[in-house]
Amino acid sequence: MKNFNGKVLFLDRSDINTDEIIPAKYLTEISKEALKPNLLEDLKLEGFSPSADIPGKSIVITRANFGCGSSREHAPWAFEVNGINLIIAESYARIFRQNMFNCGMMAIELPKETIDHLFKVYQRKEVTIETDLDRNWFTIRSGSRIEEIPFFISDYDRSLVLAGGWVEFADRHY
Amino acid sequence: MGKTIAEKIFDSHYVDNPSGDIHVIRLDAVFCHEITTPAAINDLVSRGKDRVFDPSKIKAVIDHVTPAKDSKTAIQGKILRDWAGRHQIRDFFDIGRNGVCHAIFPEKGFVRPGYTIIMGDSHTCTHGAFGAFAAGVGTTDLEVGILKGVCAFHYPKSMKIEVNGALPKGVYAKDVILSIIGKISVNGATNKVIEFSGSTVDAMSMEARMTICNMAVEAGATSGICRPDQTTVDYLWEFIKDEFQSRASALEAFSAFAPDPDAKYDSMITLQAETIEPLVTYGYKPDQVKTVREMEGERVDQVYIGSCTNGRIEDLRAAARELEGKKIKDSVRGIVSPATPLIYHQALEEGIIKIFMDAGFCVTNPTCGACLGMSNGILAPGEVCASTTNRNFNGRMGKGGMVHLMNPATAAASAVKGCITNSEQYMHGR
Repeated sequence: MKNFNGKVLFLDRSDINTDEIIPAKYLTEISKEALKPNLLEDLKLEGFSPSADIPGKSIVITRANFGCGSSREHAPWAFEVNGINLIIAESYARIFRQNMFNCGMMAIELPKETIDHLFKVYQRKEVTIETDLDRNWFTIRSGSRIEEIPFFISDYDRSLVLAGGWVEFADRHY
Repeated sequence: MGKTIAEKIFDSHYVDNPSGDIHVIRLDAVFCHEITTPAAINDLVSRGKDRVFDPSKIKAVIDHVTPAKDSKTAIQGKILRDWAGRHQIRDFFDIGRNGVCHAIFPEKGFVRPGYTIIMGDSHTCTHGAFGAFAAGVGTTDLEVGILKGVCAFHYPKSMKIEVNGALPKGVYAKDVILSIIGKISVNGATNKVIEFSGSTVDAMSMEARMTICNMAVEAGATSGICRPDQTTVDYLWEFIKDEFQSRASALEAFSAFAPDPDAKYDSMITLQAETIEPLVTYGYKPDQVKTVREMEGERVDQVYIGSCTNGRIEDLRAAARELEGKKIKDSVRGIVSPATPLIYHQALEEGIIKIFMDAGFCVTNPTCGACLGMSNGILAPGEVCASTTNRNFNGRMGKGGMVHLMNPATAAASAVKGCITNSEQYMHGR
């Protein structure tokens, strides 16, 4: 199973599309590792700098309809090779969300109010999250503040995460 | 209880229900191109599972970068080509015979009503025009599809969009779908199938239905879908005439995938065709839509006519009607990409290619190239493209470029004038 703990990168915008996550010109790369320097290169977000903001981060918190657009699995891969295996958002585009779980990564949805709260309280701070997949809790730490937030993951999505992805799951069952 | 088209297809392809509303379904076709398939092939090879579930149900094409532009794209093509060869995938289309995947596969008769289809390409929803469930997937779903012939989806909820009445002259399927996306937003149909219906859709050609289904994903939909009817049968007849005694018997068989009158929809929207006018996008999201009137006079540097949305023969005809006897403005670079060799041939025979060339357009080979800034037609920062494609995302056709989506007649008229403007066919029809 992959690592779902670490520091948080906040991306404060809805409808971030897969062209912004990894532009099409990099889809000619065969190795996932080659995508590493180009993650979020074309993201339209005031004040965001990929080289300054991405290193050291393991989790993304963002808004609605994350990962809309192309079906490119290069989008989850570009996060994966940067050590980001968990995305927490208000909602996702279907294909991106499925690609995340198919890779054994997690795309967790939280209610809009909870996402608003996380941005309001933590966006400008250094924040770490620990994921407890037995109890379905995120433990959020920032300075001396500790907060626990429950999340929902379906049995099916959990089985993909535990299996390490859809290829392993399907190979065992079909 | 009555069923939607998607529910009927899912129920007839059921394999398993591993959990909740997840249904694993049997696939009738797996489509492949050279951008998203090589990683799946390499992974299968590295796992010691370099097999395909059924070579007759796998169709492959090199379309995104063709001819190859560098070593990397040459290698992607080679991986796909070698794989098709060693697994006896007979329906593989290489340069000279290749075209944009969502144009060439239907044209070859590979899509039938009631089919289940996946492809590692988000615009796979195009094939729903034939009454099929067709969905774009990532490389991992594609890999499992290739190996096992199955894919997992949430059991589909459907949104019914009914369009009634006659479209005004110069208003096209592109305007219908832009109008819908503008209304329901880029995630208005997320995790749903859009079932298109109504007299306007019934009157549409297969080409026009493919245009509206193509952009269903721009509203977040899993697939767009149209009820199979006589138009569907007539389009497919040359491919199915050995399977059915008559067109009537084909229609009867395909009617099994018509929605039941008491089918349950998640939501319903109705549009009146007469109220739709030529539209154009203005921002970086396909739901940022204005009328061409509102955008009149916006400068364009490049005009692109092509793609899986609007690169078919009807689209080229619509643009040529606008261009005949005219020159595009000196400041505009016009590029047209007929979506398949057959369309290119037809356009040659009908004199359409000559009209484009006389007007000052560059005619390229069939390819996805410019639409996603992959191999040609790339914009410089600050440049603006009037485009018949489906995405206006930031950087889509080149870093710092702006893309305005529109129908082919509007694009052609804008090429002549050097700025966004309504087509003469629309203005005369008013």
